[in-house]
Order: sequence, then structure tokens, then C-alpha cells
Amino acid sequence: MPYISNTEKQQQEMLDAIGVKSVEDLFKPVPKDFAPASFRIPKGKSEIEVRQHLHALASKNATGLTCFLGGGFYDHFIPSAVDALVSRSEFYTAYTPYQPEISQGVLQAIYEYQTAICRLTGMDISNASIYDGGTALYEAAMMAARITKRKKIIVCEGVSLIYRTMLRSYTKNLYLNFVEVPVSPNGTADREKIFREIDKDTAAVILQNPNFFGCIDDFSDIAQKAHSAGALAVCSVYPISLGLLKPPSEMGMDIVTGEGQSLGLPLSFGGPYFGFLATTKQHVRQMPGRVVGRTHDKEGRQGFVFTLQTREQHIRREKATSNICTNSTLNTIAATIYLSLIGKNGLKEVAALCANKAGYACQKLTRIKNVKKKFAAPFFNEFVVELPIDANNAVSALIDKGFAPGLPLGRFYKGMDNCMLVAVTEKRTKEEIGHLKEALEGVLKDE
Amino acid sequence: MKLIFEKGVKGRRGVKLPECDVPVKFDIPRNFHRANDAELPEVSELEVVRHYTELSRRNFGVDNNFYPLGSCTMKYNPKIDEEVCRYKGFTELHPLLPQLRHGGMLTQGALEVIYNTERLLSEITGMAEFTMQPLAGAHGELTGTMIIAAYHRDKGNKKTKIVVPDSSHGTNPASAAICGYSIVSVPSNSEGMIDYDAFVKAIDSETAAVMLTCPNTLGLFEPEIKKLAQKVHEVDGLMYCDGANMNAILGKVRPGDIGFDLMHINLHKTFATPHGGGGPGAGPVGVVEKLRKFLPISLVVKRNDGTYALDYDRPSSIGFIAPFYGNFGIILRAYCYILMLGKEGLARVSENAVLNANYIKEKLKKYYQVAHDPIACMHECVFSSVKQNKNGVHTLDIAKRLIDYGFHPPTIYFPLIVKEAIMIEPTETESKETLDAFIETMIKISQESESEPETVKSAPKTTPVSRLDEVAAAKDMDLRF
Repeated sequence: MPYISNTEKQQQEMLDAIGVKSVEDLFKPVPKDFAPASFRIPKGKSEIEVRQHLHALASKNATGLTCFLGGGFYDHFIPSAVDALVSRSEFYTAYTPYQPEISQGVLQAIYEYQTAICRLTGMDISNASIYDGGTALYEAAMMAARITKRKKIIVCEGVSLIYRTMLRSYTKNLYLNFVEVPVSPNGTADREKIFREIDKDTAAVILQNPNFFGCIDDFSDIAQKAHSAGALAVCSVYPISLGLLKPPSEMGMDIVTGEGQSLGLPLSFGGPYFGFLATTKQHVRQMPGRVVGRTHDKEGRQGFVFTLQTREQHIRREKATSNICTNSTLNTIAATIYLSLIGKNGLKEVAALCANKAGYACQKLTRIKNVKKKFAAPFFNEFVVELPIDANNAVSALIDKGFAPGLPLGRFYKGMDNCMLVAVTEKRTKEEIGHLKEALEGVLKDE
Repeated sequence: MKLIFEKGVKGRRGVKLPECDVPVKFDIPRNFHRANDAELPEVSELEVVRHYTELSRRNFGVDNNFYPLGSCTMKYNPKIDEEVCRYKGFTELHPLLPQLRHGGMLTQGALEVIYNTERLLSEITGMAEFTMQPLAGAHGELTGTMIIAAYHRDKGNKKTKIVVPDSSHGTNPASAAICGYSIVSVPSNSEGMIDYDAFVKAIDSETAAVMLTCPNTLGLFEPEIKKLAQKVHEVDGLMYCDGANMNAILGKVRPGDIGFDLMHINLHKTFATPHGGGGPGAGPVGVVEKLRKFLPISLVVKRNDGTYALDYDRPSSIGFIAPFYGNFGIILRAYCYILMLGKEGLARVSENAVLNANYIKEKLKKYYQVAHDPIACMHECVFSSVKQNKNGVHTLDIAKRLIDYGFHPPTIYFPLIVKEAIMIEPTETESKETLDAFIETMIKISQESESEPETVKSAPKTTPVSRLDEVAAAKDMDLRF
């Protein structure tokens, strides 16, 4: 039997030592009438067969499409050293570092991760991670409600539609009052509408930069307005963009979250990823999840431990700041390795490459007759084009030509049937962008 | 050891990027730019590789040695699973592809993996259907609690409480509290089981659900579950099973057959996906027929023509709880694991997990006090170090001394209801030789606690750091460099 070490002979020796006849005797505490009604599971396979089966399944997926699909999840370059290092089984076969003396590797890596997130976002403190960007944003909303003891959460529609649908499900069950505010015609946050909603019941205003349409904003004025009403400002950010863009700390944000996938993790059909959550010193005790601190042993040697654990479920039970326990440690180690390899200058370059290539792609695509840029606001590496035809039709035709050309927005936003969200990363080349332009031109001509 | 931020020199690079091949410079106004660079490391690839290799050497995984961390199921993580989840056909798959028209056809292989795993888990547990979306065990519990709330809202039930035993995982009450339920904690009886009469007394018309871990967190099987379920159902309450310990009863008991209405499973425990130093894991939630309509959006369905699709048309659903279809890479590993073991293998897993735990219990019970000594424990056994306490040696000291002997310590001080608890879960993948070596060491430490208690109390001595000052850590709050 795979993965079971003891031979039948050994099993018998152990049964003898215990003083029972058979393994069945050990299951005596289980009442007889608890036996399974059925257990129709196929017979076990060999490693050869499993590999063949999974190869066949993997090949039923379309890879090799040139990817211009983003929406918060991007086809970025991952240096080979990232996977080589997180494949060290001392990392991946360990659990949460409950015994710090033999877990300094993971603990120090988390401390380095917290440092990297703080330096990227400009915030004071980062936790050890949340499951993904969406659950991180939900935890931020909950945290704001706890801090302000208020229930109204204002969310700009520039926030990822995926995250908004998640927030809606969570808040429905958590009795928070959830208000969504549309973006202004230029694609950025609508100040007038948001300011009108901010009141003495408001716990938080939730924003995103760049927003779902790729548009860049400076939310300093909104944060100020929120603060003057006693509310918090929360922003979800795209970490790669922070190689170039103003960090959220400089806009006065109280809680910053984001999706970590772009920092060295494969797309992998939606996970596993990780979410980050960073905040100011003032709010550290209301922060959810685990956090690592630096300390020392009796001999004065530096070491790392989980700290501020009195916020957490294993001690506080129903009074904890969150129910989170396991997070996404291995993926944060991957991100820390990625950020170390890319480094201070590399991150700036990756961000600039993305922005330059997206600028070029936008220029190329909007040179096609009747293809327009939808929003006037400046963008980072993603932008919306309005086509003369239903974007769904264009996308289907472009898939056949070997592209994942972007996300049609009609399903998610009223009046945007002809709109497509296009993302460009440092991996795309001038040639690929040129081919996309030609292919789209061809599709529109055929229509 | 230095931090990666303390290494390197100005201007050093770890990665070479391509030159910009487009004739356009981005057009972003200055006021949106970052004024100061993010101070990331400036190190070479070799420095990064040496740094994290050295960090990995300061860590301990299942691949290093025995890791009997109770309640966490630190079994061997098969290498085939690691290989398969790295196939390009999976890693390069963008999660938004199915959102494109006919896009589901681009991801048939991945959808089939999710569908097949869901079917297998339903059959293994006796549930009607699973959502594969929850991203961790606690996330599964939260999802489950939201389903409980949706069920009662749908039926117009006024429910305010969730009842848990005092031996439960901390995440149970924490998850229930987030959904606005008040928690009723019922003390366990002297045998470490639920106190049936006290439980029945705690159940009334406002009971939304009872959350039980099966087998319980002491590694014991609760024979009165069916009876209790009946009582809970009489007031239209739901029975939630924390499936963290499912590895003890594969092929032996299906929670769906014995009165549970919904449950979560930790794929990183029972189904051998790696724990990753604390995640990522996955916590799929299964439900019985009457709760299916509340499962999160979306679900993978199999069409009549044999193709797979995502079902978004679910008006009674609790909604979206994760961005996509779950932690796909983890689901994939669990799928391979189940395929490898098959029907026979799964049953053998539980049998050997239970055999190994009982062997340790039997061999150590002369030396350490067994918290509760029924006929047989399930996959884990709980001791108390009260006998060793007389010379000032506590559970923490015993745990630290084990480190000197090359073992990862068991879970300690949990469950909270056992004084000085030592919770040992050997798992089925360990051999008798390993168990014997561990048992011998535990006996030796017990003797040391008599003959040289100071050695035990000052352990570990073999590690890069000795016991760390946690009080100073909480006071100084040095949480970043």
C-alpha cells in the first residue's frame, strides 16, 4: 500500500503489544450501526497511471494562448530560483512554526515578508498573510467595523468586481451595511457620490488602486474626508504597480490589502495565492491573523516568534479578532524570494516595462478604426477598449487565433457590452502586441 | 543570521530583465509617481539562493523526521503530487478563462479535476455535494456557518446560538461568532467525551447548530452522535462536523450517514497536501441534500454531453466566498492522493493511523498519565505530564527536550481541558522503527525529569537559538526591519 510503512508482520507485532487481536478491535468505540452506507471509490492506481491520467487532463486545458487577460491576476515573469527554493521540503513539509527553535527558517522568512510588504506599501505593520486578496479585503472591512464600532462600508465600484461580490456575500451574513458607489465617467472614484455617502455610521471607505479598469488615482482627499467623519480609509493595491506608483501610505490609508499572486506565483487556475494586509501602528491590536516579531534568547542571539497572539482564535476563541488560523505561508516565502531576486531596481523596471508596453498596446489597438479607449484617466498596465461590436464576439474569435485577449465587461457592468479589459505584463513583446492588433483588426473587418 | 535586507550592496542585481522593445514611454503624470523607491534587497541570485537554503536548514519538516503534532496530521506528502501540480497545463491556466464565451471549453481538464475530487469527497463522507472553494479549514468553518445562517433565514427560523464542546478547536467558536451567533460551550465529561445530558440541556429552540469534531479533539470517538443529532434535528438545528480528524475514519464512518448535515475537510491533513509552513491549505465544505442550494457560487457541474461547466445560476446561494474555484493546486494534489490510494488504501490509512496511535498510547502509558483511557483511542492520543511535574518539569520542557533528540514535539497544551496536555498524532505513514525510537526517547525524558530536571528545563541545546523571550517580543513589537 503506498505511503504506509509498516509490514503486516510489524502490524501484528504492534497489535500484540497493544493486546488486541485485530485492527477491527481498535475500532470498537465506533458503534456497529455507524458503518458506511456505501464507499464506492475506485481501486488505487500506480504512480505511472496517475501521471498519465493527470497529463491527459492537463493537456485538455488550453495553454499557449498569448495572455492579455488580467483583472487582478497576471501572467508575470517568475525567476526559476523562486520555485527551486520553495521546493525545499524543510519549508513545504513543515507546519505553522509552533516550536520556534526548529522553525527559525519559516519565522525569519515571514519577518522578511512583513518587512517587504511594509516597504512596498509604506505602511507600518503587515500581518503574516491572509488566504487571498479578496478575503484580505473582507478582513479589512471587519477590522474597520471593529475599530470604529460602526456598520456602514462604502465601496467604490472601481474595486475588483470579484472582491465586491465576495464582500457582498460576507457582509450579508455579518449584518454590515454595504453601499456601492459607481465610478465617475473618466474611470476614477466619484468624489461627489462618495462624499455624500460618508456619514457618522461609516466604518470604512474601500478603494482600489489601480482600479479594476486599470485607472490610477490619488485617494488622499477621500482618506481625509473619511477621517474627518471618524471612518477609516482602506485600499486594495496591485503590488507590482508599487514599483512606480505612489504608495497608499502617502494617501493616508489606514489599512492596505492586496492580492499577492503577481509576486512570483503561477496563475494555477485561481490558487493557491495569498493576500496581504498592512496597517498603521495605531491599529495593530485589531489586526487579524498571525504576526511574527523579532526577539532574542538568553544568550542574546536574535530569533523570531509569533507574537501578539492574544488577538487570536486559539487563545481568545469566540472573542478573537478573526477566525483565521492557517494562512498562506509558503506563498509568502515565494513572494519574499521573488522580491529579493527582482530587488529594488528590478521592481521599478518590471513596473515600467508593464506600463510602457500597456501604453504601446493601447496606442496600437486604438489606432484600429472605431476602437476607442473607454476612460480618460491615466492607467498602469491595464485599460478598457470599446469595440464597435459585442466584446464577447471579438474575444471568441480572438481565442481561435491564439489569444486570451482580455476580459469582456458586459456581463459585469451595464452598458459595457462592447468593452474589453486588456492587461499587458513585462512578458508580452512588441511583436505579440502587433499580432493582437492585426488579429483584432481582422476580426472587426469580418464582422 | 542576517536578514536578506542586510545583505548585498548597492546596485547589485538578482535578475536580468529584457530591454524595453516598444517605442513608447508610459504616460503617467508625475503626481501619481512614487517619490522614494521601495527599499527592497539588492542581492545576487546566488545570495538569495544561499540565504533561503540556509533558512530552510533552520527549519523542520516531515521530510526531516517524525512530526507527531497532534490534531495537525503531519503525514508524508507524496512527491508525485508536487510534480503533477507543476504541469504547465495547470500552472499557466488563467482563472478568468471560463468567464470568456465558451471559455469553459479551454479549461475542461481543470474543471474535471475539481468535479472528480468533489465526487470522491462526497462519497468518502456521505455528503450530497461539496464546495471546493474554501481556502483553509477555518475558511470552511466560516462558509459552513454562513450556510447554517442561510438555511435558518430561508426557513424563517429565529436562531441565535451555536453549541460547541469545550474541547473544540478555537476556530469553531471564532467562526460561529463572526456570523453573529452566540456560543454555548458545554463541558466535556470525565471520559473526555461530550456530556450527553448537558448537551441535550443546552439545546433549545434557538439552537442554530451543534459543532462537533469527529473523532473529537482528544482522539476519541463519540458513540452518541446519532442520538444527539436526533435531538438537534427535533428543534430544526443543524449538525456541523469539523472534519479535521477525518483521517481516522476513512472507509469506517461517513459523517453524512450518522446525522451530520454539513462538514469541512482539511485537505492538508487527511489528504496529505503539504502544510507549507502554515498554508496554503484547503477546507472544502460538504452538505446534505437539504443544504445544497445554499452552497457558494460557483459549482462545477457535468453536462449531459460529458463536458464540464461552472454553474452560476444559484439564487439561494450564500454567494461568492473565494475569488475562483478554490485553491486549485491543493485540490489537484489531494485528487492525486485519493487516486493513488483508492478504496482499499484509504481504509488502510485510517487503520494504520489508529494502530500507530494506540501503539504509542500503550507503550507510554506506564510513564505518562493518559488523559483519558478508553478501550482504544483513534488516530491520536493525549497524555498529561502531571507525573513529571513534581521536579518542576512541564509539558513545554518535555517538548523542548524532544527537539534535542531530533524529533518535532507533539501538540502541547491542547485541548485546553487537559492539564499539561501532550497530544501525539503519529499518522499512518510512520514505521514501527520510528515509533519505537520516539517511545524510547519519551521514556528517557521521563527518566531525565527525575534524574536531571535542569537538563530538561533548559532544552533545547542543539538548535541555532534556545528558548526565545516571547514577553519581550510582545512588548517590543519589532515586527519589521
